[in-house]
Amino acid sequence: MTHHPMPKEYYRLLYELQAVDFVLVELTLYLDTHPDDTQALHEFHQYQRRKQGLTQQFEQAFGPLHEFGNSPVGARWTWAESPWPWQV
Amino acid sequence: MWIYEKKLQYPVKVSKCDPRLAKYLIEQYGGADGELAAALRYLNQRYTIPDKVIGLLTDIGTEEFAHLEMIATMVYKLTKDATPEQLREAGLGEHYADHSYALYYHNAAGHPFTITYIQAKGDPIADLYEDIAAEEKARATYQWLIDLTDDVDLQDSLRFLREREVIHSQRFREAVEILKDHEGEKKVF
Amino acid sequence: MDKQWRFYRPYRSPFDPCVPKRVKAYIVPPNQFMPFQPPGLRTFSPHEALRRGTLWPDLYSRYNPPHREEIDP
Ligand SMILES: [Fe+2]
Repeated sequence: MTHHPMPKEYYRLLYELQAVDFVLVELTLYLDTHPDDTQALHEFHQYQRRKQGLTQQFEQAFGPLHEFGNSPVGARWTWAESPWPWQV
Repeated sequence: MWIYEKKLQYPVKVSKCDPRLAKYLIEQYGGADGELAAALRYLNQRYTIPDKVIGLLTDIGTEEFAHLEMIATMVYKLTKDATPEQLREAGLGEHYADHSYALYYHNAAGHPFTITYIQAKGDPIADLYEDIAAEEKARATYQWLIDLTDDVDLQDSLRFLREREVIHSQRFREAVEILKDHEGEKKVF
Repeated sequence: MDKQWRFYRPYRSPFDPCVPKRVKAYIVPPNQFMPFQPPGLRTFSPHEALRRGTLWPDLYSRYNPPHREEIDP
């Protein structure tokens, strides 16, 4: 259990990730109704690459973001550790 | 299948200890035009909508769960450290009597969530128009919640959620246009 | 004041009990004028998009209700 406050770096990286993920959400809904917009699809690919880099950085520092084997886990099981998103 | 992501869609910061706001915010948790109703409505309709718009209903329905988690976060932060006396003063005495600090799916007036809030007609146009109306009503609810709040940080998160409803409405109206399918009226999809 | 707001003057009775709000306002978000989003619209940077809740300035709706003095001087 981590009961000390999360470092500034946690909030900074999280915010970067939230920004890139948000662009991907917006482009997803847009592409759902504009599947033939190749420019938007191209941007989607670009942001997906940025997301991969940021996710890797975040998970190395603060543990897995996704459950059920969708994030790398280290030698110790940290998925179920606090803090949860509503606690930070 | 759904995969949980251990982060909020947008940061939720609550700067003032004002548990009364939790009483109002719960409208978007278990109210008629709230995020739970939205998620359940879209994810249920997708089984009987033309394939062209199933993806959109799935994705917007999924995003609504992220919004539900943001509202829950606001309520949690506003109430977790309040004393029963403070909750009583905030008009949450009745809530405390039944639920203590637990969140519950009801609206600001305390009425429990009911599935009769949402409809599924099985007619694609009728269902999409319900979705558009639901988005505009959710947008309006966020406006009234912003009006009731003087915490600028909380307002910031509510403004984000309000704008999402503007976009969802936009996409649902595009879905209607797609289903009108002027050019290929005899096309089967 | 931004141009998404609309105004109307409701009928006033001499017997209304409260100080009258002579002008009432409501907002019409920009999605109401875009039947189908055209491709290639200008976009916000990722940070700005997150802060505003949309990637597209043309679909951004600011919610800052006008004060009474602004609409009824
Ligand atoms: Fe929505």
